[in-house]
Amino acid sequence: MKVLRVTAWLALLLLVGGSMAANWLAPAGYARQYRGEPNAAPSHAHWLGTDEDGRDRFARVLYGTRISLLLAPAAALLSTLMAALVGGVSGYLGGAWARVAMAVTDLFLSLPWLFLLITVRALMPLNVSPLFSVMVTFLMLGLLGWTSAARVLCASAGSLRNSDFIRQARASGICGARLFWMHVMPNLKPVLYAQFWISVPVFILSEANLGILGLGVAEPMPSWGSLLRELEGLISVGEEPWKFVPLILLVLVVTSFEMLLSMEKGMAA
Amino acid sequence: MHGLALVATVLLGGLLAAVLVRLAPGFDVDEQQLDSHLNAESLAALRAARMQQNDVFSFYIHSLRQALHGDMGTSLSLGQPVSVLLRQRVPLTLRLIGVGLLLSWSMALALALSAAWMRASAYDALTATISGMFLCFPAAVLALLSVLWNVPGSIVIALIVFPQIYRYARNLLAKAYALPHIVTARAKGLSQLRIMTWHVVPIVAPALLAVAGVSVSMAVGAAIPVEALCGLAGVGQLAWQAALARDLPLLMNVTILVTAATLLANSGADVLSHALRGARA
Repeated sequence: MKVLRVTAWLALLLLVGGSMAANWLAPAGYARQYRGEPNAAPSHAHWLGTDEDGRDRFARVLYGTRISLLLAPAAALLSTLMAALVGGVSGYLGGAWARVAMAVTDLFLSLPWLFLLITVRALMPLNVSPLFSVMVTFLMLGLLGWTSAARVLCASAGSLRNSDFIRQARASGICGARLFWMHVMPNLKPVLYAQFWISVPVFILSEANLGILGLGVAEPMPSWGSLLRELEGLISVGEEPWKFVPLILLVLVVTSFEMLLSMEKGMAA
Repeated sequence: MHGLALVATVLLGGLLAAVLVRLAPGFDVDEQQLDSHLNAESLAALRAARMQQNDVFSFYIHSLRQALHGDMGTSLSLGQPVSVLLRQRVPLTLRLIGVGLLLSWSMALALALSAAWMRASAYDALTATISGMFLCFPAAVLALLSVLWNVPGSIVIALIVFPQIYRYARNLLAKAYALPHIVTARAKGLSQLRIMTWHVVPIVAPALLAVAGVSVSMAVGAAIPVEALCGLAGVGQLAWQAALARDLPLLMNVTILVTAATLLANSGADVLSHALRGARA
């Protein structure tokens, strides 16, 4: 178990480190076009070949990994904060507040996640700048991904509201926002941490799905989703195996997260 | 009461879609306004017609009233009535989701039950690895690979949904098999089949039924990449095309339809689950 845990951490650290060193490992950048070499096979100059526009695939994978690995946790942080705000506060207030918040949560939960994402993405201009598209994509994931976490937090905050120590704090004259921040929030921290770590792989996979469907990060900015679109033109798996590198990295990262999460759960149990 | 809440949620979902449609950039722009053949009077009439839709509530009520009369508007990108498009595409999606759900539940229950029966940690790890492997792949990649290997769309939906059902079913079964009366039944030598049908199923069935409702929502979500990338003309592909073409009236109607369908499935599963719990009590 310990070996698996260390391997998962090492894989994550290696990928984060590699992507952070993208400027040094691939100084030409992700957008530079080698016009004379479109669809080139791997070579000494281009380790993973080039794409149909002649861009170095290795550079695009490194920069794409950086975008996915940096922004998925940022979106997870946003969704966790939203969940704390909606679920935590409504659960703490209880009564009609909790009922209304949970009705809204149920409405969002009843819609399939990917369906909701493409609907909201469709409402934004499609011809936006690449940087804006990256922000929009991950912001959208963060703003729409709070619902299931909010349910858990609402239930946790609701049970805390009636606990003895909160009653005692109330009796001592602490109330309102102070009671919430000083006594309720610290007790919700473990749930918030868990929700954050659960959300990261979910958001990585969601961005990949959106990217493959053409509703994610705009060209020429790379992300795992946009890089995976190259698989659409494949005739056989063995034809150009280097095109599977982004998929292998994505699966490796998601597997590492899942492994760490299940081990944490096992240890908690 | 439950029905009323259901209708209210669907209407709220529709209102949410209408608000989003109304707020979308370019809502109040009509291509016809650029037509040089139209005179000032016609242009003014067009603008007046658009102005009527500015109030989101009257826009939504007008759309609902039209929908009640069977008129769901016309798709901007496909130029066909939305009701006709939905009628053409709903059967394929229903078939895909139906077969996909049947296969995913069969796979998930077969793996979860066999793992619970065998009680071998190696087999348990193997089934968990198989399901976990599919959980780590984006749904759209599985759809793309299915095109390469000529795998039917319903099987892809099954592969996307089954790991989530397996995980839940496995946990439920593990907890049920650890209950003292089931351990006693095992120790007394009762057959596996008897233990399962008489003791385990009544415990896990209500919780599994609740997941059945959620699995419909998962399958609808999985249908979008599968239909879009496998070239299957269903509602998922229609939603994707509407999103790419920013065909907002079509998207609003599909949103209402999907909300209603998933809510009905969830509520149906909840009612059955509560009925089962009540019968046990």
